[in-house]
Amino acid sequence: MTANTTTASSSAPVILDVNDLVTSIGTKPDAHRIIDGVSLQVRQGETLCVVGESGSGKSVTSLTVMGLLPKKVLVPTRGKITLAGEDILSATDRRLRQLRATTMAMIFQEPMTALNPVVPVGKQIDEVLRAHTNLDARARRERILAMMEQVRLPDVARIFKSYPHQLSGGQRQRIMIAMALVLEPKLLIADEPTTALDVTTQKQILSLIRDLQRDHGTAVLFITHDMGVVAEIADRVVVMRKGKVVETGALDAVLRAPTMEYTRNLLASVPSLIPRAARPASSEPIVLETDGLGKVYRQRSMFGDAREVAAAQNVTLTLRKGRTLGIVGESGSGKSTVARCIVRLIDPTSGEVRLGGQDISTLSRPALRPHRKRIQIVFQDPYRSLNPRVTVGETIAEGPVNYGVPHAEAIKRAGELLELVDLPADAITRYPHQFSGGQRQRIAIARALALDPDVLVADEAVSALDVSVQAQVLDLLDEIQTRLGIALLFITHDLRVAAQICDEVVVMQHGRVVEQGPAGEILTNPQQAYTKQLLEAAPGRHWDFANFRPVATAPHDTTAPI
Amino acid sequence: MAVDALPDPSLRITPRRLGRNLLRSNPIIAIAVICLAAIVLMAIFAPLLSPHDPQLLAPAQRLKPASAEYPLGTDAFGRDVLSRIIYGGRISLLIGLGSAVFSVAIGLLIGLVSGFFKWVDAIMMRIMDGLMAIPGILLAIAVVSLSGASLTTVLIAITIPEVPRVARLVRSVVLSAREEPYVEAAISVGSSLPKIMWRHLVPNTIAPLIVQGTYVCASAILVEAILSFLGCGISPEIPTWGNIMAEGRAFFQIKPSLIFWPGLLLSIAILSVNLIGDAARDALDPRMKQREARP
Repeated sequence: MTANTTTASSSAPVILDVNDLVTSIGTKPDAHRIIDGVSLQVRQGETLCVVGESGSGKSVTSLTVMGLLPKKVLVPTRGKITLAGEDILSATDRRLRQLRATTMAMIFQEPMTALNPVVPVGKQIDEVLRAHTNLDARARRERILAMMEQVRLPDVARIFKSYPHQLSGGQRQRIMIAMALVLEPKLLIADEPTTALDVTTQKQILSLIRDLQRDHGTAVLFITHDMGVVAEIADRVVVMRKGKVVETGALDAVLRAPTMEYTRNLLASVPSLIPRAARPASSEPIVLETDGLGKVYRQRSMFGDAREVAAAQNVTLTLRKGRTLGIVGESGSGKSTVARCIVRLIDPTSGEVRLGGQDISTLSRPALRPHRKRIQIVFQDPYRSLNPRVTVGETIAEGPVNYGVPHAEAIKRAGELLELVDLPADAITRYPHQFSGGQRQRIAIARALALDPDVLVADEAVSALDVSVQAQVLDLLDEIQTRLGIALLFITHDLRVAAQICDEVVVMQHGRVVEQGPAGEILTNPQQAYTKQLLEAAPGRHWDFANFRPVATAPHDTTAPI
Repeated sequence: MAVDALPDPSLRITPRRLGRNLLRSNPIIAIAVICLAAIVLMAIFAPLLSPHDPQLLAPAQRLKPASAEYPLGTDAFGRDVLSRIIYGGRISLLIGLGSAVFSVAIGLLIGLVSGFFKWVDAIMMRIMDGLMAIPGILLAIAVVSLSGASLTTVLIAITIPEVPRVARLVRSVVLSAREEPYVEAAISVGSSLPKIMWRHLVPNTIAPLIVQGTYVCASAILVEAILSFLGCGISPEIPTWGNIMAEGRAFFQIKPSLIFWPGLLLSIAILSVNLIGDAARDALDPRMKQREARP
């Protein structure tokens, strides 16, 4: 981090100057302002992080700069944007197209949707060069291969000819970066470029962006919601909220001594990587056990030879009443497969799932029915886990009604549950679209609790939420556990969340359990190389956000932060 | 409590909103609605509107030109053409509406079950493929000639070829909707399969089915006319637009209005239904609206 602050001196020329920008819905004078008076500057060689929660206007700011706003829907109505001395808001479409490749470039969150799936990636980069340079085919190819090497892609000749789906998420993002930087733009806008990536890949991409920036002197406008990422990459920080700039300053100043209440709260909501104080060991009865649980997917091809994919293998875990067990791992580690096997949304192919001593892994649908109510699940995406056409009350009452509770009584209980999850009881007559993401997740929790389960499975239940909302939902889960003595199986990719809520942790990779044990031990003193790697990749692990200071020693070792 | 001020327009479709969107999207739609309403009213009140008995033969009045007594003249049997056209609308609309309702109902059932049970799917979809491989008119002619021409058989004959289209549509909606987390949530709270289907899956199919239904309706009206025109439809003394045109064909040189007027009404009816279907698709599919917003 110390390295970052030296890269940009305050005397470097200003590349991007956004001054008092207002972007509204439509052109009417009273139109709703998505961006309301934002000013920011990015200097050559500097990384400016725009951080904010969803709806803060950070992405719209970047789209306004790029001239990529949906025409006539979102309109910049006031202010000025100057890119390397040129006014952007008054530029013609034709000029903007030129600028977008040669002077500014953008990388997005999801490289798969930003790349054309039916054109080899090398050719896609080539299109940029063909449109904006006069190089011949051989020179273009050389330049592309050199650029691909710069973004540290292996075997560039092969990747040049590959289609996007043949590459990993990290490789695709590298291609996007290569495409963005191939014409050496003065400004790179990165809109949540690592949010869809695993932490280990994220770490590589972040250091890549930083290295390229150092070599090329690019100004970087980096948009993120993740304070950890901010701590890793920013020179200066702009905190946004509801379309306005709340606070702006050098990274260190903002992290150490935020002046605004909102920034303080935002930082305080970031869960710490240091595990919470361990609860005393429990001797409560075991409510959930798996024994050698496995799920193998068989893909039968036309000619009979089957291909097998083991999504989970030999997973053994134990969960006691009132405790929280975390399953952590990157995408593809099989953690969600395990959760879905346990809830029997999919059928395990081997091993046992014992719920209160009874094996449910092979029960038929009707035989399973009485056991279903004892284990409930909360899903990741609160926008898709509630049926948009069913009222909140009916959604929560659905389970109890299935098990014979009279409808009126179930609805009454739904009102009580809504109060338990801190929503007003009159919410029962409303529809899900009237609630925010965090509120919807509370509704989903209320639905799961309606059946009085012994075990609540939370499958990435807070991953789609903003940090401040995430903190509230985590508190809610904690409170519910204390009050109802429910056992929690918490699936997450976020070690910070795991550190704050779990008693025990299971680390998974490639469908297998790598390491398991008490959260305090695993997250401070991991024994396995993979766990160490995961912890090291956690962004901002050297910073204790909630206490506005660096971590005295990094959680598990003393190696200097990157 | 901070409730989001942004209701998601794609998710809540009330009949009133649908109607408003339909009319606002295009003034032509308003004309289509008025035309269709006029034709429906004409069919309902046929006994009051028609000046003569549509089946009354008057050999002395054969092929008369338009006059005060016979506003559109008479046909080769001396029957009043206007009365026949008015009554003919009854059959056409009945066939259109009936086959839309039946094909949607049967297709919905098949699609739902196929979307949920793999083994049913394997069998049903092959049957549907087979049905789709036979041209609809040919299939209808075969059904009618096997079981005799009556309103019921014609209705069945027209409905059968439409069922596979609806079934496939419903199946594809079910296949994607059943992966939604809220369906999985319903499974985990112990909801029975019929309940999941009725409460969580069927509502997803309504919008596409309304659209498909209008297309089925328009094509059924047309197919009925074709069957009658080919002489495979409802018996010729009963007035349908197809029958009137079929009989008029022989006298086309002498009296082209025998084909012109029922043909015009048929065209207007089908065009209206299709336009309303298109508008319903646009109003029900939020993606179409976005496309309009970004020229």
